[in-house]
Amino acid sequence: MPNKKNYTNGLPDPSELKEEILKKYPRKVAKKRAKAMIVNDPSEGQEIMANVRTIPGIITQRGCTYAGCKGVVLGPTRDIINITHGPIGCGFYSWLTRRNQTKPAEGEDNYMPYAFSTDMQDENIVFGGEQKLKTAIREAFEIFKPSAISIFSTCPVGLIGDDVHAVAREMKAELGINIFGFSCEGYRGVSQSAGHHIANNGIFKHVVGNTDRERTGKFQVNLMGEYNIGGDAFEIERIFEECGITLLSTYSGNSTVESFAYSHTADLNMVMCHRSINYIAEMMEEKYGVPWIKVNFIGAESTAKSLRKLADYFGDDELKAKVEEVIEREMAKVKKVAEEVKPKVEGKLAMMFVGGSRAHHYQDLFKELGIRTVSAGYEFAHRDDYEGREVIPNIKIDADTRNIEDLEVTKDEEHFRDDLVTKKAKLEKEGYTFKDYQGMMPEMSKNALVVDDVNHWETEKLIEFYKPDIFCAGIKEKYVVQKYGVPLKQLHSYDYGGPYAAFGGAVNFYKEMERMLATNIWKLVDAPWKHEPEIVGSISIEA
Amino acid sequence: MILRHTTKEVKERTALTVNPAKTCQPIGAMYAALGVHGCLPHSHGSQGCCSYHRSTLTRHYKEPVMASTSSFTEGSSVFGGQANLLQAIDNIFGIYDPDIIAVHSTCLSETIGDDLGQIVGKAKDDGKIPEGKHVVQASTPSYVGSHVTGYANMVEAFVKYFSFNTNEKIRQVNLLSGWVEPSDMREIKRITEMMDIKSVLLPDTSDVLDTPMTGKYKMYPKGGTTVDEIVSMGNSMKTVAMGEWCSKKAAIMLDNKCKVPFSLTDVPIGLSATDRFVQALSTAGKVSIPEIISEERGRLIDVITDMHQYFYGKRVALWGDPDTLIPLVEFLVDIDMKPVYIVSGTPGKRFDKRMEEILSEKVPEAKYKNGPQADMFLMHQWIKEEPVDLLIGNTYGKYISRDEGIPFVRLGFPILDRIGHSYFPTVGYQGAIRILEKILGEIMDEQDAKSPEESFELVM
Repeated sequence: MPNKKNYTNGLPDPSELKEEILKKYPRKVAKKRAKAMIVNDPSEGQEIMANVRTIPGIITQRGCTYAGCKGVVLGPTRDIINITHGPIGCGFYSWLTRRNQTKPAEGEDNYMPYAFSTDMQDENIVFGGEQKLKTAIREAFEIFKPSAISIFSTCPVGLIGDDVHAVAREMKAELGINIFGFSCEGYRGVSQSAGHHIANNGIFKHVVGNTDRERTGKFQVNLMGEYNIGGDAFEIERIFEECGITLLSTYSGNSTVESFAYSHTADLNMVMCHRSINYIAEMMEEKYGVPWIKVNFIGAESTAKSLRKLADYFGDDELKAKVEEVIEREMAKVKKVAEEVKPKVEGKLAMMFVGGSRAHHYQDLFKELGIRTVSAGYEFAHRDDYEGREVIPNIKIDADTRNIEDLEVTKDEEHFRDDLVTKKAKLEKEGYTFKDYQGMMPEMSKNALVVDDVNHWETEKLIEFYKPDIFCAGIKEKYVVQKYGVPLKQLHSYDYGGPYAAFGGAVNFYKEMERMLATNIWKLVDAPWKHEPEIVGSISIEA
Repeated sequence: MILRHTTKEVKERTALTVNPAKTCQPIGAMYAALGVHGCLPHSHGSQGCCSYHRSTLTRHYKEPVMASTSSFTEGSSVFGGQANLLQAIDNIFGIYDPDIIAVHSTCLSETIGDDLGQIVGKAKDDGKIPEGKHVVQASTPSYVGSHVTGYANMVEAFVKYFSFNTNEKIRQVNLLSGWVEPSDMREIKRITEMMDIKSVLLPDTSDVLDTPMTGKYKMYPKGGTTVDEIVSMGNSMKTVAMGEWCSKKAAIMLDNKCKVPFSLTDVPIGLSATDRFVQALSTAGKVSIPEIISEERGRLIDVITDMHQYFYGKRVALWGDPDTLIPLVEFLVDIDMKPVYIVSGTPGKRFDKRMEEILSEKVPEAKYKNGPQADMFLMHQWIKEEPVDLLIGNTYGKYISRDEGIPFVRLGFPILDRIGHSYFPTVGYQGAIRILEKILGEIMDEQDAKSPEESFELVM
């Protein structure tokens, strides 16, 4: 067991811990898990096994393709009626449980507080559910008059052979609004990730490019893979507005279907959550010539860096000056809080196991406070999110992922932006990098333990070994970890707080860390009589 | 208005459910399985279900909720999930060492037709189930019934698997608790102890989903009905089954398999249902009802008489599960409130009949519906047609409450945005007082917030 004081000279080698964890597993399981747990060495190009099927019975934290498609990517768009085609559960559980905030203008549509479902019954399983789905779409149209309806398939739909795409086409012709379906059955792929891909394909095919729009500003951008949890996107929107940057569309926090439709007219795509949205970024570049860069608005320093990168792309002196002005002003506020908080939390140890993006991004925020990440991992990220995009050509597509469609995208002659291609080439020559996601592992310390698809057993052992000061994960882990006396910060729901993005978000997060790491209650867990000598019982009643 | 698209005019729907007043079977099976000691629930399907069910239960209880899954892939969805479940059983016993794995199915494994009994039998034949360990299975297709049905199916599976009549009658009463909170389970046991009746409560989530913080995590907490207790249920004198939807199946199973007769009562929410429960207990346990129970009852009556002016004639809308709604609606009628709108997504013919019995004379204007399209959207439309004074139901009601400015009491499942519901009972006479306290609190807060300054009152 390492002693905390050992951490001053770098992180301890967790190889022994890894061995101990693997010892408990049946041989085949151990072999597989060994490849998913890497003792990090950033100086070497290490390979991790990721995006492979979950081991049955292991107690994973993963969800499914439907969750990745409906819950994550399409859920935050407020004016689409999302009909879950399936039994009631899937629609129920994805009803308002992710904190995608949205702010419609007066009179604008917002269906996010509603759950729509075909509530399939046994007769729909036996005789098929297409008729019920059609009727449900008609009923939704009659009652709500939405501008778009989408259909999300759940597990039984694919099995019984309901063709949601044919139904969508038929209903689109009948009702005259945009209607499209997603084959996001829960068993596809191995995690939420397949759902992201399916969602990306669907939006790209059925929505992107549907409307053109006159330029509204000098600098038009899209923000991709930002879902406005706890108001994150609002904070980023505020900064952009102050800098004079026009945000055309956010995929998909605080978004509308129309904003996707004209998003191809942007000059640049900025990718926040690489895992969930890199597909659209790639397809948009192929079809429309819009290049993309990786940004990170989690962490004040990272935000400043991303804003500068954005300003450099446009190369406009006025914009650069404005960006510097905003950074200076905002950083002054951030630093004031950091100076107060940092001395109280510096040197603490954090662990984070979050979805497919935040386990990396939040390390920047922790670094700003001098908190060290000893172990981290994703539920469903791919090797490129761990190791960087340069490994993509070497990733083997296995049988579980092969059936997720890769869209054939061709150049749109009318809308293709040759000017952006030229601009990109010129910038690249000057050393500017596009598609520049280096992944999580190169940025982590030597000896940090990187674990993909961490399970309950591994979580227990990690806590026992590292005794972290704070654990970052989700709702299923939260109360397990806290029973050990270790505070857990939910980095999916933010524990109902936030925003944590950009400058204002950093201030919120610093304060939250101060609260969580300084709170009294962990010291009060043991009853006082557990520390005092036991009073020997006596039957006499004398004092 | 958050729910700005909810129209006043009701258009009949036959296919679209909007804002459901139910969820699907497996979460009920998971909850029931957590009420058995040393048990790990297992979801035989793709892993999304299991994550959703664990998350929802965790958000409701603010406690760890453990369960494993077969993690189907596309291949297993086509060729069957036998290999997944066998592998899971192996891994679970090897890594997590529960006494029992309680397997339930999902719409996926049910649609492809996986036979859980056959797979579990194969696991046994293959020696994958260690000596003294158990695998129990219940079929819980999500496209039939609701979460309540799943709960009933799992409870039935436990008695079917374990309970055994050895012809040695024990002076003991079986209690099938219905879907209530850990605090309610505790209260049911307290009432039974006060009556000096030895009992087995199944399931029992107290000390499982309300565990103390000690700095140590226990994967299998000290609570839960033990295997020995469930086995012994076959030798009990009688079963008192609370709630037709949740507990009747298991009661019938005990009767058929072990010849233990049962009496079906409502979940003891409110005055009349608790009266009937206490009487059923006294009959089953062959004991007279002690004075302390009558005194508890008397205290409830006292509160009602003291506070009657605030309850009388108030219109209430409710949604939730049949076993909860039936006694609750009856209680509201008992105190002269008017439950005017009631919806439950859970199907079942007896719902209408029970509602009619309770409401037809006292609240003839009441509208109630259960089953398909009996959802919160419909209830909200009814409210828009003619408003109510109070809402009672799960957390999802807060949107209607805010839009329409209606006081709101949280009761049912799930409650995601408050604590207390799992710590303080709503069953029994004590629980009834708590329900009244909550109702009154909401009504008085409303009065205090909206009354003009000159009539703002110190004393009620």
